[in-house]
Amino acid sequence: MLKIENLHARVEGKDILKGLSLTVNPGEVHAIMGPNGAGKSTLGNVLSGRDGYEVTEGSVLFEGRDLLALEPEERAAAGVFLALQYPVEIPGVNNTYFLRAALNAQRKQRGEKELDSMQFLKLVREKLKIMQISDELLHRAVNEGFSGGEKKRNEIFQMAVLEPKLAILDETDSGLDIDALKQVAQGVNALRSSERAFLMITHYQRLLDYIEPDFVHVLADGRIVESGDKTLALKLEEHGYAWVGERSPVAGAQA
Amino acid sequence: MNQPVRPPFVESLLASAALSRLPGSDIAWLDAARRENLAAFEAAGLPDTRVEAWKYTALRALGQRRFEHGDSQAAARAVDMATLALPGVDGPRLVFVNGVFRADLSSLSSLPAGVTLQPLSQALRDDAESLRFALSRHYREAGDAFARLNAALAGDGVVLRVAAGTRVEQPLHLLFVGVPAGSDSSWHLRHVIELGEGAELSLVEHHASTGEQNHLATLVADIVLRDGAKLQHTLLQDAAEGSSLIRRSSLHLGARAHALLHVLELGGALVRHDLQAELVGDGARFDLRGVFALHGRQHVDTQLVIRHQALNTTSESLWRGVADQRSRGVFRGAIVVAEGADGSDASLSCKNLLLSGQAEIDTKPELEIYADDVKAAHGATVGQLDERALFYLRSRGIPKAEARALLTVAFCRAVLESMPNDALREHLSGLLLAHLPNE
Repeated sequence: MLKIENLHARVEGKDILKGLSLTVNPGEVHAIMGPNGAGKSTLGNVLSGRDGYEVTEGSVLFEGRDLLALEPEERAAAGVFLALQYPVEIPGVNNTYFLRAALNAQRKQRGEKELDSMQFLKLVREKLKIMQISDELLHRAVNEGFSGGEKKRNEIFQMAVLEPKLAILDETDSGLDIDALKQVAQGVNALRSSERAFLMITHYQRLLDYIEPDFVHVLADGRIVESGDKTLALKLEEHGYAWVGERSPVAGAQA
Repeated sequence: MNQPVRPPFVESLLASAALSRLPGSDIAWLDAARRENLAAFEAAGLPDTRVEAWKYTALRALGQRRFEHGDSQAAARAVDMATLALPGVDGPRLVFVNGVFRADLSSLSSLPAGVTLQPLSQALRDDAESLRFALSRHYREAGDAFARLNAALAGDGVVLRVAAGTRVEQPLHLLFVGVPAGSDSSWHLRHVIELGEGAELSLVEHHASTGEQNHLATLVADIVLRDGAKLQHTLLQDAAEGSSLIRRSSLHLGARAHALLHVLELGGALVRHDLQAELVGDGARFDLRGVFALHGRQHVDTQLVIRHQALNTTSESLWRGVADQRSRGVFRGAIVVAEGADGSDASLSCKNLLLSGQAEIDTKPELEIYADDVKAAHGATVGQLDERALFYLRSRGIPKAEARALLTVAFCRAVLESMPNDALREHLSGLLLAHLPNE
């Protein structure tokens, strides 16, 4: 589904990713862990097409398409979703309106019929049940005045409605207390399926207690230096990132 | 004796102005006031940018243009009224086409008791004396060129009076339509609006157009709210892209009177609005919500002055400006709290969005406070669309142009939120969206 090869990327003239390779298949949950400054968030931003990230080498294929050639909205329509570390507040834009505009924009790009407000409402009600999100949040402006936990839950709720093929969760656990973390994890777990893949970017092992990954990769200095199953995360917890600091990059983290 | 060289603008208007043919020319005081104002206009011409009030609006290009006075075919021009209807506004309607009152397009049958609504030309025949105070004014300031021109040449407009205690349920629609004429024509409208004690009225003043045109319209409005009167006034300016509209309005608010004014400046090439609100009675309140959304080479200049002159008066002004391409928006907002106007509470927020590197927005909030016990807050910002928000919308699948439009409308939304007429608010929201850039 996703095939990253030898990816090099630069931000403000500084090389951040230095030859990252990773393959993700449908249904798999991958965790990317690493210390601050390793390039974790850069990876998420490059994959979702944020401005200011320059890819200098390498390729990213998503279902055989050159992902890097697509605009952010085209990537979304193709099925890539990025849950932001810091979801943006958008005063004046109603949450439900935003979500319907997003869903219909994606459907339109895919040549599917747009949903009318009744159909959309029905879909939202279904997803609300899964997400345990109060419908009061739906009537407010996007993320405006939301608590940290509400913002993250709103991200997952958007994911539930948009039903992406690949969901990238960028530090979704950051800033959450344990109850909020459990709720977010529950939402993610409810969306796991054999067709959908997840890429979880996180600094801490904590999230992986609630969302069990199939694969764990350690990112250091812009490369994946270690790959393994979920026990790798436990090893990291025990020994810290210094443990992987000395290890040389693996040639290609194959799943 | 040599005639001084006059700019084409002044010359053409003087040449085509026939005061003897204006409605009310047989009324001695009115004719005298018109002649004096015309003489003052002739003597001073148009102000240049050294005049403070016109600092950001250069009139050089306008000064080089020629305009005919009026449109001789205005009474016969076809107008498709269906395209000019506004949802939620289906009460009595007064229609002017190229400055001329059109009884055939107007609808006054459902006018409630206690309301007088008639064209100025008619009011001058029926009861000119009641208009004497308003229409015999002399304009003496350096920047008053258009007010003088209007006082000299206005032959029509709206006279609207609501009797004390009368509550008008349905909003009134005042519609001013510009339609293509053979040449660049000009017209001048004068409104006199008065709400008696405790009267309540909702009013939509709508400047619209059909087709391309380069008209000039001037408009002067006096609006008086007696004690306890309530006015909801929506000003929708959606004139033709080539047209010029110079509007001056003054609001006079008595004790506990409340005016809520929504302004949408969408159309026009050169638009100037001098808006003055005087809170002269204790407890008077003025709420202003306004927006300009500009593109092309539009130039829209709003000059707001709010004077707090009595105890416990309140004003809350909220303005949003959006300028794209090579357009220019100007907003000056001055709040003056007079000596003794204790308990005044004044706030003014003006936020602007520049959508292009070649657009310009000049915003200038001013506070003058001569009283002691006053709450006053004002602020002005000029910025760009939030790139993070733009990416957020795009990352959810919303294409760039649509995302920009969505954010821009959201930026302006606060202006329409307080509009009580749901159907009208929805319509205006859509209209605003249609005027915003789609790349």
